[in-house]
Amino acid sequence: MTPGLPSEATPPVADWRDAMPSNRHRYSYAFLDEGAKREIRRKMLKAVAIPGCQVGFGSREMPIARGWGTGGLQLTLALIGPDDVLKVIDQGADDSVNAVNIKKFVQRVTDVPLTTDTAAATLIQTRHRIPESPLGPHQLLVFQVPIPEPLRLVEPSERKTRRMHAEADYSRMWLYLYEDIVKFNEITVGARYPVIVNRRYLMDPSPIPRWDVPKLNRGEALFLFCAGREKRIYAVPPHTEVTPLSFEDFAFRVEDFHGRRCERCGAGHSFLDEVVDDESGRRTYSCSDTAFCDQRSRQNRQGSR
Amino acid sequence: MKPILRVRELTKRYGPGCPDCFDLTGAGQGTNQCPRCKSILACRQVSFDLFPNEVLGVVGESGSGKSTVVRLLHFDFEPTAGRFYLDLKAGQQSGSALAIDPDQDLFALSAFHRRRIRNERMGIVYQNARMGLHLKVSAGGNIAERLLMAGWRHVGRMQSRAAQLLEQTEVPVRRMNEPPRNFSGGMQQRVQIAKALSTQPAVLLLDEVTTGLDVSVQARVLDLIRSLQQELGVATIVVSHDLGVIRLLTSRTIVMRHGCIVEAGLSDQILEDPQHPYTQLLVNSVL
Amino acid sequence: MLTVENLEKRFVSHVLDGKQIVGFSPISFTVPNGTAMGLSGPSGYGKSSVLKCIYRTYLASSGRITYDSEAFGRIHLTELPENQILALRRREMGYVTQFLSVLPRVPVLDVVAEPLVHAGVDRSEARRAAGALLQRLRIDARLHDTYPATFSGGEKQRVNLARAVIRPPRLLLLDEPTASLDAAAMRVVLELLVEMKQKGTTMIAIFHDRSIMDRLMDDIYNMPEKETHS
Repeated sequence: MTPGLPSEATPPVADWRDAMPSNRHRYSYAFLDEGAKREIRRKMLKAVAIPGCQVGFGSREMPIARGWGTGGLQLTLALIGPDDVLKVIDQGADDSVNAVNIKKFVQRVTDVPLTTDTAAATLIQTRHRIPESPLGPHQLLVFQVPIPEPLRLVEPSERKTRRMHAEADYSRMWLYLYEDIVKFNEITVGARYPVIVNRRYLMDPSPIPRWDVPKLNRGEALFLFCAGREKRIYAVPPHTEVTPLSFEDFAFRVEDFHGRRCERCGAGHSFLDEVVDDESGRRTYSCSDTAFCDQRSRQNRQGSR
Repeated sequence: MKPILRVRELTKRYGPGCPDCFDLTGAGQGTNQCPRCKSILACRQVSFDLFPNEVLGVVGESGSGKSTVVRLLHFDFEPTAGRFYLDLKAGQQSGSALAIDPDQDLFALSAFHRRRIRNERMGIVYQNARMGLHLKVSAGGNIAERLLMAGWRHVGRMQSRAAQLLEQTEVPVRRMNEPPRNFSGGMQQRVQIAKALSTQPAVLLLDEVTTGLDVSVQARVLDLIRSLQQELGVATIVVSHDLGVIRLLTSRTIVMRHGCIVEAGLSDQILEDPQHPYTQLLVNSVL
Repeated sequence: MLTVENLEKRFVSHVLDGKQIVGFSPISFTVPNGTAMGLSGPSGYGKSSVLKCIYRTYLASSGRITYDSEAFGRIHLTELPENQILALRRREMGYVTQFLSVLPRVPVLDVVAEPLVHAGVDRSEARRAAGALLQRLRIDARLHDTYPATFSGGEKQRVNLARAVIRPPRLLLLDEPTASLDAAAMRVVLELLVEMKQKGTTMIAIFHDRSIMDRLMDDIYNMPEKETHS
């Protein structure tokens, strides 16, 4: 019995889990209070209005740690409604711990249905990937962003990077890529490949592989990005031009898998993860997007049957 | 002959300022700090013209405001008051397509515009290479930065342009991919010069370029500047406290003290028949 | 072509507490187009200062200098804007001193060729003309690619002269250009100057050698004694 609390406030319970449903009603729908949701929505509207521009917002404390997707989670919670169908992926996988925890939490505070099917989802929260299947106009993709500032790589001062954005002065970023080419004869940036949105703002597309960058260009879905720790929201609205920085003689290239295919579903046109077998040391490849892989495997089985 | 660059009543004040600032400071008062409000008038109501092809010297002791003037013209920071015009039709046409209205006060333009003008129409070489170069980025990259800013997007072409410029400024081209922090002071200045000239500027600003270099290196850098200036005909402002530099490079000179222009004239006249007490002192102080 | 009226030069030395030093007392003379005027007088009378005032190396204290220029018509040299003075120096006014004041570390051939290059002559063409002129002034071809700083006084003077005459100016100011020349070199210089004069160059000159003055000058102006008040 906690001292100082009236004994009738905490009725004895057999199992602590039974207490949880009643506690849930102390929270607003979707966990965030209405004021917070309103603020985040307003900032999202601003971000959509100025594609690629980072908009500051009052990032809330979430029941997960900073750096574990608090930004993306806040957008998801501010956006979600009872009609939504949620999918959460972590580097393409629906079943990683992080994705599952976020999914469970959102469902607990909203009761929305969950799915792993990309086409069925209306709201997808993602970490570091864009699903392989094309997204439609009814879908929202929410990215978890660790470092929203693409210029941070070349300029540590926030004051200076803000001025660079204001003046569209991205020569330092270009210079970084130029130096990369001079040193290695190619652009070595793997993830977080800097892009220009709507011919104006330089944007960090979050650490998605280069493979996913072309999917941002003139997409059907709305892409929303949020960094919880850095308190920034930005967006790429549907049908917006997104161009990766590239030179006339060093064009932007996506990852090349040298004709390798997914071990499981046989796909030759999806982003592959390398899997090393601990015992034999054999390297195999499989789709990074598990839902895509599952769907293809099912189709393969049906086809062969 | 119309001037390529006009500066009118350029003033830079650090501090709050008070109505008496202008009366209580200046060469006549022997200070640039207002005794009432403690503001510093780094330069006050400086006006001058620069003509096409000309090399203009700005001479004065440290703290006279000479560097402030060129850095204001390079938009490194904001002036307190003053107007600044570039009439590029008066000079040589450079490669840039950027047009500037000769009656437009450039200080009134947006930062975006000023940055473009600075990048495509002006070049600067600082005393300290750290200010003009990224010391960790390759020499070629430093030059490419300006080209990138001007919209170049072809690595091969930028590399050959950088190599050409480095050759022109007598930097061994084989060291193009090395960062300038590996270079000697004289060579860093050469890279700065190459960078400044990369976009064929109409105006070149040299801020104490040879100060701090060994005498023999100084001479070589100055020779380079002189021959490049003659070859390219770019209108140049040379800031220096060294009358030798002024004698070697310039045809006209402005003498500054306590933020004011105390004397202006042909360089040989300034050196042989100085009028202002301060200029006389300066000329008499030459070793 | 050039008229000097009541021209006077005083130096005010602030370093010496405002002490006034007389450069020369008021002078007036006229130099008609195509003639040569010699300035004569003991040393210290300010002959060189007169030339420097005309060239604007010195600022005149009072009086005026009227010059019929090709570029700007009739002008007052004492009041002309600096950039126009520079244009005149480039295009029509030459000045040769007894001291070589050219830039260091430039080969002598380029020093001499420079005025032609400025005038738009092709560099190799200009260097060829400079070479020929230096040959004529008896400067050995082996020296043409060396720096004039290492030259003897006489050689420097000839280089200086060559630089001034390679593109004959309309008005040539000569301040003892033969001071350290031997007789043979002097004869060549004199020949050159006579040629230039025949081609129409107006000259104002100071020569110590009376014989040159007599052969070259149409008129001689005797400098007045300095007023000694201050």
